[in-house]
Amino acid sequence: MLELVRRTSVEIPDDVQKVILAGLEREKKGTIAESAMKIIDRNIQMAREKSQPICQDTGSILFYVECPVGFDQITFKEAARDAVREATKKGYLRQNSVDSITGRNDGTNVGPGSPTIHFHQHRSSEVFVRLMLKGGGCENVGAQYSLPNEKLKADRDLKGCRRAILDAVLQAQGKGCGPGVLGVCIGGDRATGYEHSKMQLLRKLDDRNVNPDLDGLEQEILQTANELGIGPMGFGGKTTLLGVKICAVNRVPASYFVSVSYMCWAFRRQGVTLNAEGEISTWLY
Amino acid sequence: MVRLNRHTAGKIEQITMKELSFPFTEEKIRALKVGDEVLISGTVFTGRDAVHKYLHEGGELPSGVTLRDGIIYHCGPVMMKQDDGSWKCTAAGPTTSIREEPYQWQIIRDFGVRAVIGKGGMGERTLAACKEHGCVYLHGIGGAAQVLAECVKKVRNVYFLEKFGSPEAIWELDVADFPAIVTIDAHGNSLHKEVFARSEDELAKRL
Ligand code: SF4
Repeated sequence: MLELVRRTSVEIPDDVQKVILAGLEREKKGTIAESAMKIIDRNIQMAREKSQPICQDTGSILFYVECPVGFDQITFKEAARDAVREATKKGYLRQNSVDSITGRNDGTNVGPGSPTIHFHQHRSSEVFVRLMLKGGGCENVGAQYSLPNEKLKADRDLKGCRRAILDAVLQAQGKGCGPGVLGVCIGGDRATGYEHSKMQLLRKLDDRNVNPDLDGLEQEILQTANELGIGPMGFGGKTTLLGVKICAVNRVPASYFVSVSYMCWAFRRQGVTLNAEGEISTWLY
Repeated sequence: MVRLNRHTAGKIEQITMKELSFPFTEEKIRALKVGDEVLISGTVFTGRDAVHKYLHEGGELPSGVTLRDGIIYHCGPVMMKQDDGSWKCTAAGPTTSIREEPYQWQIIRDFGVRAVIGKGGMGERTLAACKEHGCVYLHGIGGAAQVLAECVKKVRNVYFLEKFGSPEAIWELDVADFPAIVTIDAHGNSLHKEVFARSEDELAKRL
């Protein structure tokens, strides 16, 4: 488990790195956008080589566990907390968890809500453990829209969703350490909308949505966003987004939410399958 | 493991970079323009949310911290204590600056700060204070914690470690060739405003 935390913090998954590299190639030579992408690229290499955090904000610690019926969640939780404590001692994670009322930071990263662990049961006997470290800067530029939105002229249809999502890109500019990836959920309530939008970030960047409407929307928004000239860090340039992932869940007739989670270029997610002994058998990304 | 980026390994091209070294005089600062790439060398002090709020509320700087003609860096680094009691900086990228917008103008004015390093840009009040008092906003590469930690040559001291915790403490750092982009200059220009306006127009065409 410690190795999962370490690797998540110090290595960018291959699917993300590929797209970052494509972005670097695309930027005009001699621009500050190119310069930013070069530093990003070099940072990725250095973090891996030195086994140190890609970004100093090692983020909210979010585990997603798919497990068989009968899986011992309590023991897992304890193991996850121990791994987080240990990873913090070793400097793979920053002392990053603060008491919201007193402002105290006990330096362990373990406390109410940290780490957060989502369990999902499935019929298979395998255990999948995915980990995402979600930075604060990009989390702060996430947005939730309630449609219709008159100001954006966004109605309750896919066109309206497109307007809302592109508004989120415009408002975010480079503030969430762009180029970023959007995880979007259409529908749900205020809580589940954001939850599902984050889970979209578990998808590989090169996968395609099985729903043709959403697939079209993903491709179109990615292209349009990259034509806006926001660029890496908001310096201007061609690479504003690295990917867009959208899902839809049912809503109640009265609500129509579009929830957008923004993930920075320092996209830290990893995953493993565990064998019966609880050891890592394969890496998922 | 695919190594996709080998061909870009090595030194970042520094042809267009301007050096910005200690002492950070008003003259040097006023010579900078939006879009310039700079390599910063000298002493910088980290300060983020807790420090800004504290100074805004009338708190005093601990002795040893001088911001006059100095640089404040919005950063909460990862620091590891070494066996000999010294500190090693293992990750040190910029944090989002806009949270300090309510306080920054006043701190530039009252403490004579010449440059603020951060990410994401700042707003109108900081822009006005930069123009009036001769200060610039330098945009570091957000998330580039390793590249930037390597520019930290020495951790000279730490203040308010107990009071605010490690990420929020004031760390006194010696940096060399720390890369950043001037996105707010001392002449009233802001790259953030320009890019926002341009992207807003482009989006309007595509809706
Ligand atoms: S937004 Fe991401 S890259 Fe930027 S500082 Fe936060 S965690 Fe790091």
